[in-house]
Amino acid sequence: MKQHAGRNRFIALCVAPATILFTIFMILPTLNVFRMSLFERGAYSPTETFVGFQNFKALFNDAKFISSMQNTILLTVVVTVVTFFFALVFAGILTREKIKGQNFFRIVFYIPNILSVVVIAGIFSAIYKPENGMLNNILSMLSGETVMILWKDQPMVIVSIIIAMVWQAIGYYMVMYMASMSAVSESLYESSALDGAGRLTQFFQITLPLIWTNIRTTLTFFIISTINMSFLFVKAMVAKGMADVGLSFMYNQKDAGLYGYSMAAGVVLFLFSFLLSGAVNMVTKRDVLQM
Amino acid sequence: MKKRNKDFTGDTLYKLFVYVALITLVVVIIVPVGWVFLASLKENSQFYGNPWVLPNGLHFENFVNAWNAANMGSYMLNSAIVTALALCLLLVVALPAAYCLSRFRFRGSKFLNICFMAGLFINVNYIVVPIFLMLKDGDAWLKSAFGSTFLLNNLFVLAVVYAATALPFTIYLLSGYFATLPHAFEEAAYIDGAGYGRTMIQIIFPMAKPSIITIILFNFLSFWNEYIISMTLMSSSKGAKTLPVGLLNLMQTSQAKTDFGQLYAGLVLVMLPTLILYICVQKKLTQGMTVGGLKG
Repeated sequence: MKQHAGRNRFIALCVAPATILFTIFMILPTLNVFRMSLFERGAYSPTETFVGFQNFKALFNDAKFISSMQNTILLTVVVTVVTFFFALVFAGILTREKIKGQNFFRIVFYIPNILSVVVIAGIFSAIYKPENGMLNNILSMLSGETVMILWKDQPMVIVSIIIAMVWQAIGYYMVMYMASMSAVSESLYESSALDGAGRLTQFFQITLPLIWTNIRTTLTFFIISTINMSFLFVKAMVAKGMADVGLSFMYNQKDAGLYGYSMAAGVVLFLFSFLLSGAVNMVTKRDVLQM
Repeated sequence: MKKRNKDFTGDTLYKLFVYVALITLVVVIIVPVGWVFLASLKENSQFYGNPWVLPNGLHFENFVNAWNAANMGSYMLNSAIVTALALCLLLVVALPAAYCLSRFRFRGSKFLNICFMAGLFINVNYIVVPIFLMLKDGDAWLKSAFGSTFLLNNLFVLAVVYAATALPFTIYLLSGYFATLPHAFEEAAYIDGAGYGRTMIQIIFPMAKPSIITIILFNFLSFWNEYIISMTLMSSSKGAKTLPVGLLNLMQTSQAKTDFGQLYAGLVLVMLPTLILYICVQKKLTQGMTVGGLKG
């Protein structure tokens, strides 16, 4: 009995600090997002008045919110498709072919992932500078005339965010797929080669089906993370008001002191990202293949 | 054998194409990063001409300017303090919790496990506003009760928030490791007369060293690079700032002042520690990521 009490005390002592921190700084704020979306809160006083679904109604009539959601969807779709296409293709090449300096490529491809988004924003502002920026300079050299594209202004601003986001994400996913692809047994490729399967057939019939579970999970997480990362990129890279995504709209409302309205946008985005990843999860469902 | 010979030119062409594609990607990644390093040594007047010219001398005064005039030195100290504090707190809190949650069955253990798993899906970007308001209200209350504020613009509180929001991912990673250990380790330790605490600290934690190093690496990068929480909770214009937020301010002001040398020196100061760490431990990092396979 005494030992039992000791065991319980030990467990309580171990688990309590984490649970308390987690509750205060994650559970409560999450519940607060939902609660506050139904309230109006003054910018300077903490008094709250219940307004029901007023905030949501206003949100769906707000052209700025609609356009920020459109941007979110556009960014999520394009960045996901481009990143996954290149990551899978490059990973397939790097694991299947005997490439000299594999380790070097792996090290370099991972670098963007360890840089802060602020640093990436700084790097890309040097790339995108209209006069004597790296990108316009290269384009001028290639085309033979002076190119002066304003990358960070309309209408190119979304494109420039997409480029930066793909640049940042591609290596991470490539290294991850290389790890899972190298677990596919070599004998499968050898026997399929004897049957006359080429590289493409092998990629689509062996590699992709066998790592499909991994692709599915990462795809779901990538979509959620792209919605978040697009916020970080917009906040660091783009002049205020030039282009908004869902979360940056939410953050701007907070800056304006419209806390309830801001949280209503948060709720919509929260549900949106969950529904989206749920839908992707369902659409990509396949029977799991065993090796 | 005959078939191989026929395919030979096709094979070399394919190989060539592969190398060209890979090297293109390497160039696309390395050149912009390397360019910033070179640019940090350029003289200010050089930023108005061809972007591809080399620096006309090593202008280290850019770094001195960034360090002193742009305050990057004190920002760096702040970042180091916050990151170290948050990492220590995270380890002290998360290690025992992950150990108990993964190896003991007690009342509510299932529920707690589910809660922490669900926490993986809560992103800080959504909850940063409620956290800010909570701390703001807390400050208002403290001000009326004790006459001084404590919670906002406080590096220590920022570290606590970092540690708390990193808990789900860290506990998930550590639990995954602890769950694979056989129970015979603890049984042997108990028979030898070790208590629960001693068994955990002296037997289990040393075995988890690889996992612990992995979580230190990942969380170091995320704490060092983080800027949304820091920007929100350290919003006072005169107050302490972390390095990424300081850099963001520098980026905005240097566009107006056109002091580009100082800006790129600041960029180098922010990314240098992470790059050095990465080069030292790159093997660990690219292997470790497959353990978790997810990111915020």
